[in-house]
Amino acid sequence: QWATLRIQKGANKPRPEMQKVPSNGIIERDETPMEKEIARLHQADFEFSDIFYFCRKGFEAIVEDEVTQRFSSEELLSWNLLTRTNVNFRYISLRLTVVWVIGVIVRYCFLLPLRITLAAIGIMSMIVGTTLVGQLPNSRVKNYLSEMVHLTCSRILVRALSGTIRYHNKENRPQKGGICVANHTSPIDAIILTNDGCYAMVGQVHGGLMGIIQRSTVKACPHVWFERSEMKDRHLVMKRLKEHVADKTKLPILIFPEGTCINNTSVMMFKKGSFEIGGTIYPVAIKYDPQFGDAFWNSSKYNIVSYLLRIMTSWAIVCNVWYLPPMFREEDEDAVQFANRVRSAIAHQGGLTELPWDGGLKREKVKDTFKEEQQKNYSKMLVRNGSV
Amino acid sequence: SVSHSQITRLYSRFTSLDKGENGTLSREDFQRIPELAINPLGDRIINAFFPEGEDQVNFRGFMRTLAHFRPIEDNEKSKDQNGPEPLNSRSNKLHFAFRLYDLDKDEKISRDELLQVLRMMVGVNISDEQLGSIADRTIQEADQDGDSAISFAEFVKVLEKVDVEQKMSIRFLH
Repeated sequence: QWATLRIQKGANKPRPEMQKVPSNGIIERDETPMEKEIARLHQADFEFSDIFYFCRKGFEAIVEDEVTQRFSSEELLSWNLLTRTNVNFRYISLRLTVVWVIGVIVRYCFLLPLRITLAAIGIMSMIVGTTLVGQLPNSRVKNYLSEMVHLTCSRILVRALSGTIRYHNKENRPQKGGICVANHTSPIDAIILTNDGCYAMVGQVHGGLMGIIQRSTVKACPHVWFERSEMKDRHLVMKRLKEHVADKTKLPILIFPEGTCINNTSVMMFKKGSFEIGGTIYPVAIKYDPQFGDAFWNSSKYNIVSYLLRIMTSWAIVCNVWYLPPMFREEDEDAVQFANRVRSAIAHQGGLTELPWDGGLKREKVKDTFKEEQQKNYSKMLVRNGSV
Repeated sequence: SVSHSQITRLYSRFTSLDKGENGTLSREDFQRIPELAINPLGDRIINAFFPEGEDQVNFRGFMRTLAHFRPIEDNEKSKDQNGPEPLNSRSNKLHFAFRLYDLDKDEKISRDELLQVLRMMVGVNISDEQLGSIADRTIQEADQDGDSAISFAEFVKVLEKVDVEQKMSIRFLH
């Protein structure tokens, strides 16, 4: 495929090594737990110096914290000729600028129109194809055709993004009647997965072009689209999903339990809802290679159109998809523990870090319970030593 | 002194916290950092950035406050004997901590102020009486001139054996 050759050519271009600060932290974080840190000089319970611990922790968080950095794109060690990934852009040399200008021309004038055309073809065929198939009565033939249409259109769309995907462990591919669970980086995740198999999508009904796509695809194959009002009712949502999973002839559901897009360096808390439905969980780990293009959607910074534009003017989307062996909820596990177990497996496979924080922190404030926990721990220390 | 790359890094951090994109940070911008929001003394720390009566801090103010946490070794390189005392000297670090306790900025830590800060640190887990007696004992031990309040000099005396430099410093990795 000439698209793949194009990518390889791009990869062989001289990649200038700009010395950038690695994104593994800019300050030395002291991980000593509270207890050791507030070591006592004498056997008194409270000391003025106790404040130093909280003070320093606070300042460390101000300079650099674990959470907010996950909501913006990862920084690269060596520049890939896209200004957007180069935060500390400085003029280095004439030769580099010339190379970069050539890159811009190639990307915007050559690759972009090509990709937009392909994307348009893909979406059109998806709508037309699924509508046609939807006319047929329910039968094996219909299911087969529906799968063909979905797969083909997915493939076209992936080409439209110049996606190069490597699937690992295909034997663990999600089966019918199961739930597929994956980490979330961008809306493209869904297309990446449907490129290799058919899933029943779950999501909210949208208006506009997206709505048209949703309406036509649901005729061909039982996707689960919810009205906005229905989404608020958790029981209703759970009920519909449970029904879908119970029917073993239906395609596996695709769910992203983080609930929001994270920048692909870590996996945040999984919402437990997906793990209460029952059925077999098929975890999938998706890791994008940031060298060719940044797939992360920072929804507070870019809307969907400018996001798609950025994707289409990157070099390519290169990613690895690992299908992990199916997991079941064990007898003595509750949904939260099960969710964490699945999350660990995904993070481990994809080489991502795990964070105990909720992806909802992108938009909301953190709960007070964490602060109360710290206060409780400190109080224990005061009361334990002192003869109060 | 602070290297060019460190300043660039901190500026990058400043702009990423500045959601309003107007070149200054407000208290809400700080509150958005989860690890800071759950810190029992978070509000006091945030307060340290804002000069009296102001609600916005610019990058210069941001750096000034952060400068208190530079390791003291850095000063070895710039021996400016005649200049003003650097912000990260031991004395200034202690004064910074002192100001965290001194809520009304009258250069004295009263019993009441100490109680309030203690309450922030322990939450609801210790009763008023217990907390009161902790505060009393602490003041009694440190108070030398008998005014039932701690002045900066008394504060320094109490902490003379503590390795302030190590506890109140943040090291950059590069």
